[in-house]
Amino acid sequence: MNDYPRWKHLLVALVTALGILYAVPSLFQKQPAVQVIANKGALVDEALKERALQAIQERKISFDGVEIKDERLQVGFPNTDSQLAAASALRTDLGDKYTVALNLASTVPAWMRMIGANSMPLGLDLQGGVHFLMQVDQKSVLDAQEQRYVDDIRSLIRDREIRNAKVSRAAQGLIVQAANEADRDAIAAAIARDLLDLNVIDGPSIGDQPTLNVTVKPERIKAIADQTIKQNVATLRNRINSLGVAEPVIVQQGSDRIVVELPGVQDTAEAKKLLGATATLEYRAVDENTNVGEAVRTGSVPPDSRIYYWKDGSPAVLKKKVIVTGDELVDASSAVDEQTGTPAVSVVLNSAGARKMLDFTTQNVGKGMAVVLVERTPEVRIVDGKEVRSAKITEEIINLATIRGVFSNRFQTTGLESMKGASDLALMLRSGSLAAPVDIVQERVIGSTLGADNINKGVAAVLVGLALVVVFVALYYKVFGLIADVALLMNLILLVAILSVFQATLTLPGIAGIVLTLGMAIDANVLICERIREELRNGITPQAAIRAGYEKAWATILDANVTHLIAAFGLMTFGSGPIRGFAITLTIGILTSMFTSVTGTHSLVALVFGRTSKLKSLPV
Amino acid sequence: MELFNPNSNIDFMRWRKVSLAISAILMVISAAIIFMRGLDYGLDFTGGANIEVSYEKAVDVAEVRAALTAGGFDNAVVQTFGGTNDFAIRIVSEEETSSKTEEASNVANDKIAVEVLKALQAKRPDAKVKSSEFVGPQIGEELRSDGLVAVIFVIAGISIYLWIRFEWRFAVSAVASEIHDTLLTVAAFALTGREFDLPALAAVLSVVGYSINDKIVVFDRVREIFRSSRKGEPAEILNRSINSTMSRTIMTGVTTALAVGTLYFLGGAALENFGLIMLIGIAIGIASSVFFANPVLLLLGVTKQDLMPRSKDDPELARRP
Repeated sequence: MNDYPRWKHLLVALVTALGILYAVPSLFQKQPAVQVIANKGALVDEALKERALQAIQERKISFDGVEIKDERLQVGFPNTDSQLAAASALRTDLGDKYTVALNLASTVPAWMRMIGANSMPLGLDLQGGVHFLMQVDQKSVLDAQEQRYVDDIRSLIRDREIRNAKVSRAAQGLIVQAANEADRDAIAAAIARDLLDLNVIDGPSIGDQPTLNVTVKPERIKAIADQTIKQNVATLRNRINSLGVAEPVIVQQGSDRIVVELPGVQDTAEAKKLLGATATLEYRAVDENTNVGEAVRTGSVPPDSRIYYWKDGSPAVLKKKVIVTGDELVDASSAVDEQTGTPAVSVVLNSAGARKMLDFTTQNVGKGMAVVLVERTPEVRIVDGKEVRSAKITEEIINLATIRGVFSNRFQTTGLESMKGASDLALMLRSGSLAAPVDIVQERVIGSTLGADNINKGVAAVLVGLALVVVFVALYYKVFGLIADVALLMNLILLVAILSVFQATLTLPGIAGIVLTLGMAIDANVLICERIREELRNGITPQAAIRAGYEKAWATILDANVTHLIAAFGLMTFGSGPIRGFAITLTIGILTSMFTSVTGTHSLVALVFGRTSKLKSLPV
Repeated sequence: MELFNPNSNIDFMRWRKVSLAISAILMVISAAIIFMRGLDYGLDFTGGANIEVSYEKAVDVAEVRAALTAGGFDNAVVQTFGGTNDFAIRIVSEEETSSKTEEASNVANDKIAVEVLKALQAKRPDAKVKSSEFVGPQIGEELRSDGLVAVIFVIAGISIYLWIRFEWRFAVSAVASEIHDTLLTVAAFALTGREFDLPALAAVLSVVGYSINDKIVVFDRVREIFRSSRKGEPAEILNRSINSTMSRTIMTGVTTALAVGTLYFLGGAALENFGLIMLIGIAIGIASSVFFANPVLLLLGVTKQDLMPRSKDDPELARRP
């Protein structure tokens, strides 16, 4: 008897069942769909659904289904033609208040999605779209930061009424030249007290003037660099969401790069325009003498004021004169107000901004002050055959608060609703203050037909490769070959299931990884079968040969797979990009194949041959 | 069914001097090919722009080239693929060092697809861009160094593992074989004149992974026979190991070749290189397991004592025969 523990049989059965359950969703084809997302002040509700349906039915466009999910209206279509027709119909009928985006909707049944069984997301090379790799220019941010410290030190010196001191930027950090040693020590003490992010050491004298070398602390530089890239990612995410691209990928790569992938987008010009937009913010006084409701109704506002809107569309009347702009904002971070314990945002201004803020707040305690975020998107239009450059400007109130006291370079905005609200506001303030310039260092456009072509060829390669291996192994090892084939199929199912569960994106190199895994996974069975044949040739009984075959082959299988895993890890050192997709499928494939081709086949072998106690020969 | 006679006992080690000499010569030739002739690096490595265009009606390559030259793209490389309607146009970014010019060329590259299309449509309005790709020069440079780091990481990782699991002679022999296989595979690929792109690099690393599997299987058997046999004549044991694992070596080679072969024939342009390199690498890997790795092992003087399980109390004692 070739007894195989019952729990191992159960484990194999359970893993196979789970594998099938989670692999099946990938068989469901995605369906062309259109998503409608609300902009300023608009709502996604039943009324919108009615309007959208009307727009589609009027033009006799066939559609499959409508649903509202996550404040988005989604309409599915039987083919891309009707999808495109409906998208343009919805754009004209729904107007500016809604963004209409093309999308691929999942057709996986709801109960499957409930348990986390989804289809594998497809990479850009399989569905078409635009890929950008952007480099964030952190040096310019650090430069600007140093320039601000120059201003800050100058105003410190001025405040202490020290004369004849000079502050300038050097190759490394800043240099302060003082008139005499007493002045130098006073300046050093002042910097050490007020500007905590700076290191100060005595420098060599220039002529008879003693100097100080001032550098930004490394941890501060690291924090700035870190913040810069996070901020850029956040800004890009905001903008891309407003473009209405379904399922965009915006991720940081390495210390100073950002990957942006926009599935379905073919027009890079449009995308680049949006990515290249710049934002700034403006602190403006609230016009306390004008009634907002009346101003909106009649449209009449005092000549020095204007109506601005919040994101949700509610209005406010603000003065045209700007108090402080984003250029003068040094930092904004979320905090907890010490007095009230409510979420707050603390803001730091540079010296120029601080002076203006001091002047303004001295005269306006108890009045309102608003922050307006201004985004400029460059546009190029062709008018009469000539390029006309212009910018589309969107302005939006992001905060409105009452001035509680006089302040200059540091102040807090309190009374925010939640910590998330506070960190969102801080992020928006920073993104308006200074986004580092971004260069596109890599760009790839994959046509949607090319994507479809790639996936068809890839799937064909997987199936044909699998079929060839299966037939060959079955011919060579007979029943044991068939068992190995079952394990190979199980391996493919498990691989797909695991990739789906982790929502790993399937790319063309990923398909190559699957094919390679299938080719090499059979190696373990080859080792086992060859071993069994050898043992039989040595004249031992079939049952003993099976046991010896699995036992003796195991060490080899383990060594072979561990070294193969090392090779796969080597491939993974390539940050992101296509090779990583290959490495991930290969790694998962090696792990699943160890399970299926050893534990899986052993279980099957025990089921097929284990019950007959007197085997004369083995079909191997 | 048998692919290899299980009872055969071919004396591979007898020809070890010849096979090692041939391997050494091949390695020198391969290195010469790689360093003298060089690889035709793909866009991923060189930086530049690659634009795939398709025409509605058939067009001559010369006509496309003429249109590009007229549009000011003198150094554009035009290749046809898939008949007379589809072309790939490659514009390599000039190598510049100063950051300013680099920036300028970046900006230019950024718009290259549009400009190329303009130039083509000036002659033939039915030209369409199917896909376009632009890679900045700094990316390519990073990729080349990352690739090298990855290869070194893999070879070092594998040799450390073998050192621990087997013995240092096995690690040295495996590393030498990996270098041998990588050199020969890359050189053979260079001779095809194909472009060395990212999938090609992935394939080279996969060849390393595949070929090491082959060596491990034989090494495992070497260790097993050394431990179980009484006499332990190294050359004879290596021969027995190679012969008894030969069936598996060929079998796994065939199944893997069947799988990656379909990538080469059916996977489309993007995976062709991957499939081809794997096919070359499998053949070289099998050959080097027999004719290179084991002769090197013998050359290093592997003995039975080196492979006996060591006693925990006194490792020196176990080393003595």
